[in-house]
Order: sequence, then structure tokens, then C-alpha cells
Amino acid sequence: METQAFQRIYTKIEELTKATCMVRATGVGYEELALVHGRLAQVVKIMEDAVTLQVFAGTEGIPTNAEVAFFGKPPTLQVSEALAGRFFNAYGHPIDGGPEVEGEEREIGGPSVNPVRRMQPSELITTGIAGIDLNNTLVTGQKIPFFADPDQPYNQVMAMVALRGQADKIILGGMGLTNDDYLFFKQVFENAGALHRIISFVNTTENPPVERLLVPDMALTAAEYFAVDKKQKVLVLLTDMTLYADALSIVSNRMDQIPSKDSMPGSLYSDLARLYEKAVQFDHGGSITIIAVTTLSGGDITHAIPDNTGYITEGQLFLRRDTDIGKVIVDPFRSLSRLKQLVIGKKTRADHPQVMNAAIRLYADAANARTKLENGFDLTDYDERTLEFAREYSDRLLAIDVNIDTEEMLNVGWALFAKHFSREEVAIRKDFVDQYWVG
Amino acid sequence: MSKSPIKSTGKVTGIIANLVIVRFDGPVSQNEVCFIQDEDTALMAEVIKVQKGQAFVQAFESTRGLKIGADVEFRGHMLEATLGPGVLSRNYDGLMHDLDTMTGVFLQRGEYTDALDAEKQWDFKPTAAEGDTVVPGDWLGEVKENAVVHRIMVPFRLAGKYTLKSLAKAGAYRVNDTVAVITDSNGRDIEVSMVQKWPIKQAIRAYQEKPRPFRLLETGVRTMDTLNPIVEGGTGFIPGPFGSGKTVMQHAISRQAEADVVVVAACGERANEVVELFTEFPELEDPWTGRKLMERTVIIANTSNMPVAAREASVYTAMTISEYYRSMGLKVLMLADSTSRWAQALREMSNRLEELPGPDAFPMDLSAIISNFYARAGIVYLNNGKTGSITFIGTVSPAGGNLKEPVTESTRKAARCFYALSQQRADSKRYPAIDPIDSYSKYLEYPELQQALNEEIAPDWVDKVNQLKNILIRGKEAAEQINILGDDGVSLEYHLTYWRSEICDAVILQQDAFDAVDSRTPIKRQHYMLYKVLDICDTAFGFESYEEVNPYFKRIINQLRQMNYSEFDTDKFKEFEAGLEEIISERKAG
Ligand SMILES: Nc1ncnc2c1ncn2[C@@H]1O[C@H](COP(=O)(O)OP(=O)(O)OP(=O)(O)O)[C@@H](O)[C@H]1O
Ligand SMILES: [Mg+2]
Repeated sequence: METQAFQRIYTKIEELTKATCMVRATGVGYEELALVHGRLAQVVKIMEDAVTLQVFAGTEGIPTNAEVAFFGKPPTLQVSEALAGRFFNAYGHPIDGGPEVEGEEREIGGPSVNPVRRMQPSELITTGIAGIDLNNTLVTGQKIPFFADPDQPYNQVMAMVALRGQADKIILGGMGLTNDDYLFFKQVFENAGALHRIISFVNTTENPPVERLLVPDMALTAAEYFAVDKKQKVLVLLTDMTLYADALSIVSNRMDQIPSKDSMPGSLYSDLARLYEKAVQFDHGGSITIIAVTTLSGGDITHAIPDNTGYITEGQLFLRRDTDIGKVIVDPFRSLSRLKQLVIGKKTRADHPQVMNAAIRLYADAANARTKLENGFDLTDYDERTLEFAREYSDRLLAIDVNIDTEEMLNVGWALFAKHFSREEVAIRKDFVDQYWVG
Repeated sequence: MSKSPIKSTGKVTGIIANLVIVRFDGPVSQNEVCFIQDEDTALMAEVIKVQKGQAFVQAFESTRGLKIGADVEFRGHMLEATLGPGVLSRNYDGLMHDLDTMTGVFLQRGEYTDALDAEKQWDFKPTAAEGDTVVPGDWLGEVKENAVVHRIMVPFRLAGKYTLKSLAKAGAYRVNDTVAVITDSNGRDIEVSMVQKWPIKQAIRAYQEKPRPFRLLETGVRTMDTLNPIVEGGTGFIPGPFGSGKTVMQHAISRQAEADVVVVAACGERANEVVELFTEFPELEDPWTGRKLMERTVIIANTSNMPVAAREASVYTAMTISEYYRSMGLKVLMLADSTSRWAQALREMSNRLEELPGPDAFPMDLSAIISNFYARAGIVYLNNGKTGSITFIGTVSPAGGNLKEPVTESTRKAARCFYALSQQRADSKRYPAIDPIDSYSKYLEYPELQQALNEEIAPDWVDKVNQLKNILIRGKEAAEQINILGDDGVSLEYHLTYWRSEICDAVILQQDAFDAVDSRTPIKRQHYMLYKVLDICDTAFGFESYEEVNPYFKRIINQLRQMNYSEFDTDKFKEFEAGLEEIISERKAG
């Protein structure tokens, strides 16, 4: 990055930590961007003329007489239609060999939408995956993460959801992506002939971790441009938010903040909410939907990162390997889409909520039966039937390789009910049973 | 309260996120409001500490771009709510700025809109007489605000006795017009309009006394009203892990509860949830008056992406508005979702101030702050002998779903009803996921409430409720035994005990908040269904083996659920009931 004429330059660095430095300077604005020894940095604290900067790429090798050049503005992104189809790094610079994007310069991490200017989300996103469309229906303007162990195919499922989700633009924010995963996304989007509607901001494992902190804001600033200015339906993919939160904790620990649970900063909830709350539906049809990935360690969802995420997002999707059928399924117990009630039974067939609930209740009975079996007890006839039901339900509806429309999903549900149970056992409202019971 | 005539000013000397340090001249008081001039915008802030001649202020806005040396102007007063006709139906931010009159799609820094419409004309009717002796909080006149009789009161900030010198005649007035003149003991006249201001962090105490609550506040939520009732002027809290149903529950209460005024504080939660209220409340009917729900509702929205510093203010703003309406002799219900976010905001600031942290890095005085806040609720006898009440229910979002954390523990000390949401129940979709055994209402132990319930609902109501609780406890024990010993390792009686509790669970506890009929069960219907279910639990059935128990009880439950989904006492309801009687007679012993 070249230094420019109007920049104010200082050379008196008095403190250095791994991620920050303090320089004597005046006239500096809070959150202003600067170059420290050629590396991008941002103002995080000002006390009189002592200005503390967070250096994104780390401070290794920075001398106390290094040049600190202030830009006079916070981080920005140039927005225009030309963003479409391009790949950028965390600073918004092209990494695809193409030219810099010309456009209007916008501050990233801008203000929030006035809640009274929002619309209630009500537009269905269909994916063909019954574990999502039937049990955890998504709508535009929603924010929802995959909670997954690192070995699960979350990026694959996310890419599939993105491509089937009828979005005008898909914006990928990659944080700590392995190079292989980055190439995977590129490949899938290319194969689907979707590159022209993709925009990517990528920080790979080869880049400094603190740089990741810019990625979601870059992605969401681009998203706001398309959703607000162009009234488009934008889908933002953020993977992996756990690595984003780790970067937050690196910075806050190096700034001597008192950590709260799991060494995370006390502001983790607000930090994550600020991003996820960019998901929005407007009355003109423009929307931002956020699908994220939060990797778990050892499936522990009480860890501060998934825990705070769960309190912010509108549900979560759990992937699990079902050993009975040897496939990955969307776990119906722990997964939840909070916004599904806005559309199910309204935008979908009226029996949808009841079919969904009844199937999950019966699946839970099967889980109890399995526990009984494992504890060496005899099973009742009902137990046996729930187990048979569970296996078929898992295979024909929960597995992520299912690709059918919602009506079909409901019909499969009714067929399975009638095959394994009596009407009373299924306990669905009588008018629906009368209408849809098979046989 | 004395106000300094000359306003103090200052200059910014430090910035750490929204904590701004200001060197000032002249007097500055704790919690005083100030404005920081950042080029063309003035950012609102509040003094939270003064140290070594510098004021530490928390800005209610992003400080991006702010520079050392920026001018600061102190205002000589604390954070205040603006109280007067027109508060109802409005959507405010945490500092009581009207969200609807703001311009633009995005919230602009430094855009502060008025709480009330200064031009609107209100039909004022005097209700006091010239020459009356009056004290703060006394009613001077009234205007009609939606369905509510809105009293115009002697301002709370005054103290002592006054003589009512003149009172406006009936007619149309704007909120800032003088409607009364009162004279203090020194002969000084004070003009009174329909608007008054009150510092939100102080309780309004214009009442005679605060008795123990003694009347049920009907919510239509069975697991509350029947099992663990909340009372008019009571306090309760709903802790639960994410996704366990806190918000759904609070929304149901806000729609259904028997209240004149409902104040909803959306504190650090999702914007889409507030949008749901914005969208639905103007359409939905208040079941008690038939008018639109929005007419009785005020929404204070500080969603999680709005300034963190205003989060604390938002709950105090909501409480102050509640106290204002309580002083008019109204039944106010206040809901806050989630009080944990407010506690977290306190923690963020306390950490920035480098204060000595308490457990989990929360401020040391967290417990006292929460207690003081809950203590502002309650039923009161006003000076004129009438009652008014604030029932307060807050949600708590415990980190990791673990109830042994500071916010939950502090709240447990302050609130009298505990509605614990269980992850396990939520996972098995047994909504509302309130754990019937861990949860409690201390009010149920109050003899005055027991008496009121028995008088209003049925002479043996409280006994029946206790019977229900016993069935649930014994059912849980039986389930544990069956799990350990296996279905055939226990006697038939265990299965019956378990299934009796399953009926109670499925029919009384579980309730579909999204079904128009099931969502709200009036107390009369709760009475009917409880006695019906307990009757079944008292019935002796003949069974050959435990294998017959499960399918039979499932049929009973199914039939009872169909009743829950049907309008009370309709032909459809009676049809299901007849079906139920048939099933019962199949196996009824004797
Ligand atoms: N009474 C109910 N009836 C039917 N479904 C319910 C009920 N209560 C909760 N749910 C389901 O649970 C979901 C989560 O509920 P809710 O949003 O109230 O959780 P919460 O406890 O407020 O979570 P958070 O702490 O993350 O805000 C709802 O979207 C809905 O699907
Ligand atoms: Mg909630």
C-alpha cells in the first residue's frame, strides 16, 4: 500500500505488544485507519496524545522509529456493481488478479437499520433439504449458523444451500479458511455457473489471524450495498465465526482487558450481535440473510462462542452422522429455525407445523426406545415401531442428500405415519388426519 | 432539585470505545447528561464516574471519528423520561426517542427525536377543584388516551403541599399548554402542563404504601396461572438457555395478560423480534377490551445492534413509564427481554473503567442493582386510596444455560416467581418448556392470595393445584424408576403414576403459543380442564398388563388435546369431550 500526500506521519512509537502499538500523535480520530511500518492498523484507544493502534498483521519486527501514517478515515470499501464475481482479501483488495474495484467509498461497520424500518421476514428460502425445509424452514432476512464439529461437511452443505437458495448475490466471508476450502468454494460456484453472483472476502490460514476481524464487516458492507441500494436478495456466508471470535480474544487479551468466560472478551455478545443483526428484510424486497458456521470443540455448545451465538441468531442447524443409515443428517432435536413459524402452514401447506412436530415427537420416542435397548430392556411393540419409523424418517427426510419439494416432504411424512402408527399415536389435529391420512 | 444556572463545559481528553474522558470546568454531577460535539453531530452521553478532576462519560453512540479536544456541554440534569399523554402505542429507543419520527433507513448518530407530539390536541377534563390542597402525584384532570383514562398529575419532582390556584376548563389543549397553576407554601406559583420529566434511575414514590400483592394477574398461560401464578404487582423471572422459549413466552404474556398498559423493553435482543411486535400488535386484539393491542402497549427497543450504553437506560426508561401509568391507578405489566444483556452492558463499562471485578467479571454491586430495580415493581395504594400496580417479568439468559451464574442468582433473590425453562423440555418440544417442578411462585404461599383464588375460581382451587403438583412430582419419580428398572421391572402402578403425570403435562402444562385457541386459556377454562384432568387421574382403570397402559392413555391425551385446540364449550369441544367419556368408560373400573 502506497502512502499518500495528505497523510500525517509520526515516528514516535512508545509501546509495542504482539498486536498493538502506541504512538504519540495528535488530531487522530477514533477507529481511524493507519499504516504502521507498511502494515494496516486501526485506532482502538486515545489518551491525550497517546494513540493505541491494533496492527492487523501483528507487530513482529516493527521498530520504535517506524513510520505511522494516519489515513484520516476508518476502514472503507469501494462499492459498485463491479464487486460481483470478484475475490478479495480482508482489506477489500483483489486477490483474483483483476483490477481494483471503482465505486463509492463506504465506511465498513456502519450504523444499524432503524428497527421500525424493517419488515417482518416472510419469504421462504427453499433448499430441497427436508432437514431444513420441513423441520427448520429458513426465510430471507434470517441469521442462522451451522453448529458443527470440525470434521463435518458444513462448508459443502452451506454451499449447496447457497446455490439452491434463489439469491441475487451470494457473499462469502471466509475467516481462517484453509486454502483447500477456499478453492472448494471457488470450484463449486464456478461449476454451478454462479460466479457472476458471488463476491468473496477471504482470509485464509496463511494470512495473519487478526486480519479476520475485517472480513465480516467487508462482506456485510457489500451486502448492504446490494440489499439497500440495489434492492436485491443477498445471502451472506460467514465461515468460520469461531475463528473470528478467537481473533477478537487475541486482540482483547493483548489489550489487557479482563476476559470473561472461556478467555473471551466480555463484549463478545455485542461484538457478534453487531454483525449478525445486519440480517434484515426491507419492504422493497431487498434483504440480507446470513448463514454462518460456528465450529464446536468436542460438540460443546456451552462454550462462550456457540453459547453467545445461539443467543443472537435465529436458531441453529446441527449436522450429525446417523450411523444407522450411514449418512449425515440435520439433527431434528438440537436444530431450530426460530423464524419458521412465520411461514410454515402459511406459505406452505396448512398441515406443515403439525406434521413436523408429530414426526419429531415420534423420533424422540425412538431415541427413548434406543436407550432402553442399550440398557438391556425389552422393547414394546410401540418401541419397535418407533425404531423402524426413525430409520426411514432419517433416510428419506433428514439426510442432507434429500432434494425434494416441501409438499413432497409432507406427503412422505404422512406415508411414514400411516405405515408405522395408528391415528391416535400420531396425535395430529383431527381435520388434518381426516384429510391426509394415507389409507 | 436545584439546577445550576450556568452549564459546565469540558473537552475530550481520552477515548476508549464508548467511554470518553472529559476535562471540565464548573460543577458536574454523577449521572448528569452531557453532549459531546463531534464536528456537526452532538453525541449524548452520561457521567458515570468523576476521578482526578476528569469526568468519565459513556456515550450512547458510536465514537468513531471523535477526536481529542472535542467540546462537551453538560446539561445540569440526569437522564430523564418525558411523561405525558401520547406515550402509549409508541416505539421508542432506550433513551425514549421516538423511532417512527426518525428519518432514513439507518439510525443516524445524534438524531434525537421528541418523545411526545407537541402539536396534538387532547381533550382535557378537570377533575380537581380550585382551592384543593394537593401533593405530587395527585390527579388534577384527565384526558382520554386510547382506552385509558390518562390522569394529569401534580409533577412528581415537586415536594410538599400546594394549593390549586387555577385549573383549566374542559377543552382541547396541547401537552405543553398550562392546565393548572399551583401555589407553594411561600406563595410561589408553579405552572403545570400535561408533560413532566423524571430521572429514570430514581423510583417515583408518589403513593401511600405498598401492600403485599393479593390478586391474580391472569395471563392465559396455564403453567403460570394454574401452577405458579403471578399476581398484580408481582415480580417474576424466566431464565433459560437460548432457544428454550423465553421470548415466545413473554410475547404470549404481553398479548394476553389482563393489564391496562403493557410496557415492553426489548433489551439487547433481536431486532426481528421487535419487528414482530411492530407488525402484529396494531392488528391483534386485546382480549380484555377488544381494542387493538398496540393501543395499550409501549415498546422500548434497544436491540442488540443498538448502542450498548443505552441498554441500561432502556430498562429504566421502561420502568419509569410503568410507574407513571401506575400513578394513574392503572394495572401495568412490564416485560424486559433480556435483563442479562443489561447486566452485560454494565460489565463492559465496568471493565473499561478498570473497576475491581466481581464474579464472572460482572460489577461487584450487580446484585444490589438488580434488587433495586425489581423493588420498583409492586401494587400501591395511591394518595387517593386507589390502587395501581406494576407487574414485572424479566428474562435471564444464563451463560451456557447454567443457572449458577451471577445474573440468575442475583435475580433469584429479587424476584418472587421463578419460571425455569428446561433445555430438556425444549428439546422434546414440550412447550412452554417451564420446568413444573423446579419453578415456583412464592405468592401461592400467601394466605391472602389463596383466599382470593378460592373465592374467584373454586372453593377448593388451591388444594387442586397442590394435587396437580403432587401428581407431577410422583410422575417424575415413577419415570426415573421405570428408566432404571425397565418397563417390566416395576409394578403396573408405576406406569399408571407416570401416565397420570403425562396427562397433566400434555394437557395442562403444554400449550401451543402459536395456536389462536390454545395460546390463551381464560381462567374459567383452566378451572374446567384442571378439574377434568384431575378427575381422570382419580379414576381407577382396569389393566391386564403395563403394555395396555401407554396406548390407552395416549388416546385419552389425544382427545384432551383436541379439546384444547377447540373453542371452549362449542359443539366441537363437546364432541371431543363425549369421545373422551367413551374412552374412559371402556376401562373404568366398577
Ligand atoms: N410455547 C411455544 N409453543 C411453540 N413453540 C415454541 C414455544 N415456545 C418456544 N417455542 C419454539 O422455540 C423457539 C425459541 O423460542 P424463543 O425465541 O422464545 O427462545 P428464547 O428462550 O427467547 O431464546 P434466546 O435466549 O436465544 O432469545 C421458537 O422460535 C419456537 O419455535
Ligand atoms: Mg429470546
